Amino acid sequence: MSILLVAEHNDAALNPVTLNVLAAAQAIGGDITVLVAGEGCGAAAEAAAALPGVSKVLCADAAVYGKQLAENVAPLIAEAAAGHSHVLSAHSTNGKNTMPRVAALLDVNMVSDIISVESEDTFKRPFYAGNAIATVKSSDAVKVVTVRHTAFDPAPATGGSAAVEALGSAHDAGVSSFVNEEIVKLDRPELTAARVVVSGGRGMGSGENFKILEGVADKLNAAMGASRAAVDAGFVPNDMQVGQTGKIVAPELYIAVGISGAIQHLAGMKDSKVIVAINKDEDAPIFQVADYGLVADLFQAVPELESQI
Amino acid sequence: MKVFVAIKRVIDYNVKVRVKADNSDVDLTNVKMAVNPFCEIAIEEAVRLKESGQATEVVAVAVGPSQCQEQLRTALALGADRAILVETDGFPQPLSVAKLLKGVYDQEQPGLVIFGKQSIDADNNQTGQMFAALAGLGQGTFASKVEIAGDTVNVTREVDGGLQTVALKAPAVVTTDLRLNEPRYASLPNIMKAKKKPLDTLTPEALGVEVKATIETLRVEPPAERQGGIKVDSVEALVDKLKNEAKVI
Repeated sequence: MSILLVAEHNDAALNPVTLNVLAAAQAIGGDITVLVAGEGCGAAAEAAAALPGVSKVLCADAAVYGKQLAENVAPLIAEAAAGHSHVLSAHSTNGKNTMPRVAALLDVNMVSDIISVESEDTFKRPFYAGNAIATVKSSDAVKVVTVRHTAFDPAPATGGSAAVEALGSAHDAGVSSFVNEEIVKLDRPELTAARVVVSGGRGMGSGENFKILEGVADKLNAAMGASRAAVDAGFVPNDMQVGQTGKIVAPELYIAVGISGAIQHLAGMKDSKVIVAINKDEDAPIFQVADYGLVADLFQAVPELESQI
Repeated sequence: MKVFVAIKRVIDYNVKVRVKADNSDVDLTNVKMAVNPFCEIAIEEAVRLKESGQATEVVAVAVGPSQCQEQLRTALALGADRAILVETDGFPQPLSVAKLLKGVYDQEQPGLVIFGKQSIDADNNQTGQMFAALAGLGQGTFASKVEIAGDTVNVTREVDGGLQTVALKAPAVVTTDLRLNEPRYASLPNIMKAKKKPLDTLTPEALGVEVKATIETLRVEPPAERQGGIKVDSVEALVDKLKNEAKVI
């Protein structure tokens, strides 16, 4: 077996989820090649070369791969996939954007969002918003797979010394271009990488009220999340959404405030090590998964919590 | 500009999903079915483009068994002008769906194709992107804003960490995210009118597409249950537990 692992990175550095994808690749087994595509991505390629168990790094450094537009990167990945049995990436917005395009170019189906590797061609993945887990077997010649990073413990970041090979080809589909981005400058850890996550739900009542969570989040150096209900209600932006259709998180401590615990939210956070729920409705389903539940008015409990930690 | 909306018939999002006792699949017997919620957002976006004079015609397309006509009628009641069903046995896998939609696209030549970003049953998040690759079009996935300016479609996308805007050359593909719009409800007069709107049926053979399944589902099981813990009676007790028992703060 020979795996092509598409690195998640921002040109300057690898995104830590790449280490979880590497762990999934190691679970499949076989030779591992990492592809780093971007513009000025030499540093990320060097970091990839230091990953343990990687035999080769392919670095496609070209202006057309800047911002990793799927239209340009997908043909590159499909080309690089020749001779490989698997193509793996994170189930991130980037992976979700690009990998189905790669699969279509290779004329194969794709397995999205795997949570375990059963064998080289058989994987488990959640569907129906996490209400069911399917074991699926792919008979495609190349298995194109995205990996739920929280389901795999990260591989170490160093220990390897692979050679970096430059890829010369520059695919420009000519149908899309980058205009701009508003990446929220976080004073906090990134949601999917944080040790502690503090999330608010519809019970917060308004976007303004999310401020009371900030004090707790500041003290615990936590990332802030939200339920889909809070996003739907327009309280907070969608990039804060934790759940099957948002981000999947598995921090050491997850504090759910004013969140009832819809299955679609639970699907995104139930692998957290310790779950705390604060909700005034004692029958809220969130209490069925919480290690510690506090039935209380959040507007009193949260400021109190902030003062006591 | 003609706008295509691809829609999928799925389990209604309010229905509690149960796994069959023999672990072969989820149980869909006598379960309420509906338009996939992300596809409803796609319909709404297309109808708004028509209402603002940017789209000339809205065509709803579905791939699946004949029952999908119900969801196409819903799309018509919400404002689509006509509908096309590519009738198949069951629901094909994403690559085949993308190929079938490409077949319809080639016949109809729309300027914009809007998909939901994922279906709430299979949760694949693949078909729009696969279609875009097969048709050689640019894609604006997970869209929270779509603006048409001449031959350019500007799409603001929900990406990890924030928003990204891309400019796509029309024809182009958009897949919808939650915040793109809030779908309307169909009014009774519009539901009645929808019954008279045209709904054509095509077959994979007519489109020259071979429907193939390459992913086999071996087993379906409920997710591992997480054991609930305890209730604490005060913030003080909570902090004590987190510090001394769980040792996470």
